[in-house]
Amino acid sequence: MGKLKVEGDLPLLWQQIRKNRLAYLYAGPAFLVIAAVVVYPFLYNVVISLSNMSLTHLRDWRIIGIRQYIRVFSEPIFYSVFLKTVIWTVVNVFFHVTIGIFLALLLNRPLFGRSVIRTLLILPWAIPQYIAALTWRGMFHSPDGAINLLLMRIFHVEPIEWLSDPTLAFVAAVIVNVWLGVPFMMIVALGGLQSIPEEFYEAAEVDGANRIQRLRRITLPLLRPVMVPAISLGVIWTFNNLNVIWLVSNGGQPADSTHILVSYVYRAAFNYYRYGYAAALSMVIFFILMLFSVNFIRGTRGTEAAY
Amino acid sequence: MARARKDPWYVSAVIYLVLLIAVALAVYPVLVVIGISLRPGSTLHALSLRIVPENATLDSYRELFRNQPFLRWMLNSTIVSLMVTILGVSLASTAGYAFSRYRFPGRSAGMIALITTQMFPVTMLLLPLYVMLIKLKLFDSFLGLVIAYSATALPFCIWQMKGYYDTIPLSVEEASWIDGAGRFRTFYQIVLPLAAPALVITALFSFMAAWSEYLVAAVILHDRALYTLPLGLKQFQSNFDTQWGLYAAGSVIVMIPVVIVFLVLSRWLVSGLTLGSVKG
Repeated sequence: MGKLKVEGDLPLLWQQIRKNRLAYLYAGPAFLVIAAVVVYPFLYNVVISLSNMSLTHLRDWRIIGIRQYIRVFSEPIFYSVFLKTVIWTVVNVFFHVTIGIFLALLLNRPLFGRSVIRTLLILPWAIPQYIAALTWRGMFHSPDGAINLLLMRIFHVEPIEWLSDPTLAFVAAVIVNVWLGVPFMMIVALGGLQSIPEEFYEAAEVDGANRIQRLRRITLPLLRPVMVPAISLGVIWTFNNLNVIWLVSNGGQPADSTHILVSYVYRAAFNYYRYGYAAALSMVIFFILMLFSVNFIRGTRGTEAAY
Repeated sequence: MARARKDPWYVSAVIYLVLLIAVALAVYPVLVVIGISLRPGSTLHALSLRIVPENATLDSYRELFRNQPFLRWMLNSTIVSLMVTILGVSLASTAGYAFSRYRFPGRSAGMIALITTQMFPVTMLLLPLYVMLIKLKLFDSFLGLVIAYSATALPFCIWQMKGYYDTIPLSVEEASWIDGAGRFRTFYQIVLPLAAPALVITALFSFMAAWSEYLVAAVILHDRALYTLPLGLKQFQSNFDTQWGLYAAGSVIVMIPVVIVFLVLSRWLVSGLTLGSVKG
């Protein structure tokens, strides 16, 4: 099971393959399935992205080169939707992480009823996303949704038209997604906190470090290796989160003004039947995320933790 | 648990207050759905914040089972979810083991490929799949749906299993080899039982991935007889006339089993998921 240098040493490579043939037996079936359901569609998507395929050209499509990609980048809507996607991702992940760590810190101490509180706090994670999104959509309803009723009772304000204003509809979707995403980060942070050895805090206390210093010098740095991979996953998932934005805004309402990239592609593909264009835009999203991940992993040296 | 030392009472009070607010926010939407599902038809749009409504009734539930194809949807969802789960767990339990225990040529390429699939926007696989299904006339079949769900669930399952195997010390297997057990026997008699928590979590995740997915299903299934639960429930929420009572009652029934299983297993989420998928 030693490390292997592949360069140029074919007999050695063959020897390594033979030695590990059981490994291929173990991994083989999974990779055959992945090749069929992931790799093949992916390659097909590349072909579609270079073609003029659409509902009217479903069978008589032809390759038209990179024209669909040019179209993606020449339409101004790409840039505004991209910007919105970045805002969506940054705001969501920021609140997921800060609220998640904050709650984990509160929970990571002897508290009466701790496990009950923890269980109730991860409830949003346990609920199917579409139910959460559709239910929140109902709660944002005006004038009889629960949120408006609460605001009216507490602050005596007029009912707010959450879902028919482009900005407010987007804010509503962000609120829903923050609600959904906090428990994951909280659980990850809690796991990280529990792996920090008690002695570190004792030593710090002996040295006279106060609460804030202990938090800044011990807790947060030691949480980093656990949080970095979780955050990069969180960014990717949030960037690509089609369900929440689509269901809360009911397909981009009002008037396709609340899209992020992935919901915009979904609409282009399955409501407007612009297959070539949608395939090209999917590729662009994928490359944006690749660029992000490579840089993020390099920048945070997260690779040691990643595999 | 860091610092076994007790906090002064006022610190505890503030912490409880904050946690109480957080719990209220986490639980409230669930209570709202339950409340709506119990409302009698006449007060569905009532301007009331009561959780248990006046004249609470189970009418919506009755309507759901008597006059709506709810059981059909449930059966469809169960079939699809079980297929995805079986596929995910069986393939991931072995593939994860290969990645954890063997340093074989192609290993790191395989691992990178697995992470890369996580960056695919769902449309990138869904659109080609959709076009293929139209051409193959596999439209409106569970097979298409199972393929789509496995594509997203499988890489994550493998990753998670691999992470869990990593936490099992190699000495466990070495002891078994010394006793003369073959490598494969060691795997399924010794290692696999030890990985039971990860298997359960992996099963749960692939089941939930399929059980609670709406947008892929909306593209692939058009025949109402094949509708899965999310498609059926979404149908109650049309633009013009939302049948809140039916929607809420259906949601409660869909939610309860998943939530219970999830919360029961939440003890292992901390170790299983954070050690497994993240630290890996």
